[in-house]
Amino acid sequence: MGKTFTRPKSLAEAHTHYCPGCTHGVIHRLIAEVIDELGISGKTVGIAPVGCAVLAYNYFTFDFQEAAHGRAPAMATGIKRVRPDLMVFTYQGDGDLASIGMGEIVHAANRGEKFTTIFVNNTVYGMTGGQMAPTTMPGQKTTTSPFGRNVEDCGMPIKMAELLSALETPGYITRQTVIRPKYIVKAKKAIKKAFTYQMENRCFSMVELVSTCPTNWGMSPIDAVKWTEEKLLPYYKLGEYKEPV
Amino acid sequence: MGKKVLMKGNEAIGEAAIRAGCLNYFAYPITPQSEVAEYLSRRMPEVGGVFLQGESEVAVAYMLFGASACGERVFTTSSSPGISLMSEGISYIAGAQCPVVFVNIIRGGPGLGGILPSQGDYFQATKGGGHGDYHLLVMAPASVQEAVEMVMRAFPLAEKYRNPVMILGDGLIGQMMEPVEFPDHLKTEPSNKDDWATSGMDHRKSNKRNLVKSLYLDPKVLNDQNLLLKSKYDQMKREEILYEGYNTDADYKVLIVSYGTMSRVCRTAIDLLKAQGLEVGMLRPQTLFPFPEKAVRDAAWKESCKAVISIEMSMGQMVEDVERCVQGRRPVEWYGKCGGDVPTPEEVMDAVRKIEK
Repeated sequence: MGKTFTRPKSLAEAHTHYCPGCTHGVIHRLIAEVIDELGISGKTVGIAPVGCAVLAYNYFTFDFQEAAHGRAPAMATGIKRVRPDLMVFTYQGDGDLASIGMGEIVHAANRGEKFTTIFVNNTVYGMTGGQMAPTTMPGQKTTTSPFGRNVEDCGMPIKMAELLSALETPGYITRQTVIRPKYIVKAKKAIKKAFTYQMENRCFSMVELVSTCPTNWGMSPIDAVKWTEEKLLPYYKLGEYKEPV
Repeated sequence: MGKKVLMKGNEAIGEAAIRAGCLNYFAYPITPQSEVAEYLSRRMPEVGGVFLQGESEVAVAYMLFGASACGERVFTTSSSPGISLMSEGISYIAGAQCPVVFVNIIRGGPGLGGILPSQGDYFQATKGGGHGDYHLLVMAPASVQEAVEMVMRAFPLAEKYRNPVMILGDGLIGQMMEPVEFPDHLKTEPSNKDDWATSGMDHRKSNKRNLVKSLYLDPKVLNDQNLLLKSKYDQMKREEILYEGYNTDADYKVLIVSYGTMSRVCRTAIDLLKAQGLEVGMLRPQTLFPFPEKAVRDAAWKESCKAVISIEMSMGQMVEDVERCVQGRRPVEWYGKCGGDVPTPEEVMDAVRKIEK
């Protein structure tokens, strides 16, 4: 019997810089598995964000570009317009996509740009040390909301999947999570579907992944999973939000 | 060369890019350069090119970045406030060494300023604009014909240096109509792109992936990266300086340094002053970065020359470079106006007479 579980070819051999209990590693692996299964690594260009995943390119073996904060969807647009044969994905966190990059993601989705966005939503700015994001939950304590997010001041957390689904332009929008194996299986299916739609030149696609940040939440990895299930998933509901019909 | 056609500067700039083999254009409308976008929105589909109106200049800069990072020729046109918004991206593009061509048809500033011609973006174009240690190669045309030639030169230069190039024209260059003769189509292909461009590994039959980035967390590596950029700027200073002299064979008493549309007004003033018996020479930088330092210094230090004057449609920006070159050996004055009211030959003559005495 041969090996049944190996490292995907698209995943580089590297020591992780992510914290214990962080979900970036799982998500990286799922992307690499999907790219291998679709046989597209030779024509894929990934775009790294600013944030914890700025060094994402260290974990993949195909072409990569590095964006400025929030601008990955504009770069992906540039690539797809001049090289529609390339498979392009942006990998963005919630500070990057839902705050400083709100304009770029909305317009790229609305133009129906044929790339895929992997949106990792862990409700905080991770790299800069756990500041409040547009996705931070009401009452959630962060380094810039030490008394908890006050929705009178800051509004309610933005639901990106719902917001982008409201656009009239066809797209594939889904929200998943990877905090337990049962969710991981579904998340991988969603990522594969998103890339398949891109291969078919069908539509813009975004997979939002509700994620953990034990370090900046001040929790153990196990408590972070529990908190995600109890607090985040009732607000950030999982499911398919939009199909390109 | 083809036959002469009468064309508006902005449209000629769009056509020149196509003839330089650049079939990818991303832009955002802004006066006084919107005619480029309007022209190319019709023209690009005819030649099988890409035209996209982005949602903002901020986004446009990154569309250019992404496309250029794949090794494709790309360019944009904008005007002053738009270039300010693109400046974040320009810094990243320079840091990541991507060959993008920018055209700035300058309008008056600061802020919204006005929509009439200005040269108020000299500092922004030649000294930075965005953050960090970088330079653009900057060329300043003085006619529609020269704008066409500079746009066509810009692409091979951007690729030679893997560095953004900017064509800095004042509003008049974009708005006026002049006869133009287009040079033959360029056929140059980016030669070194397989070494660095993220064109897809299959595309270049390579197992080595390419990475386009500007982040270097190790201080030594970042310093080395900046030294590499500096070596390119030094090479530009050795190889790319362009300038033109006017009446510089005469024993001129005053030297004017002026560029773009302003230099054309100065030529008229020089002719009129000559008829009145006063010899004035002019040095017109065609590249603003690299600046023709030695040429300006040599012209200023000429025996007959008693004073130097920088004449610009700004409140005195290029004059700082002129002072740097003259090194205190001659008095250096400035004359200029901004807001869109281009100085007349008579005003230039008055300014020259004042310092000649």
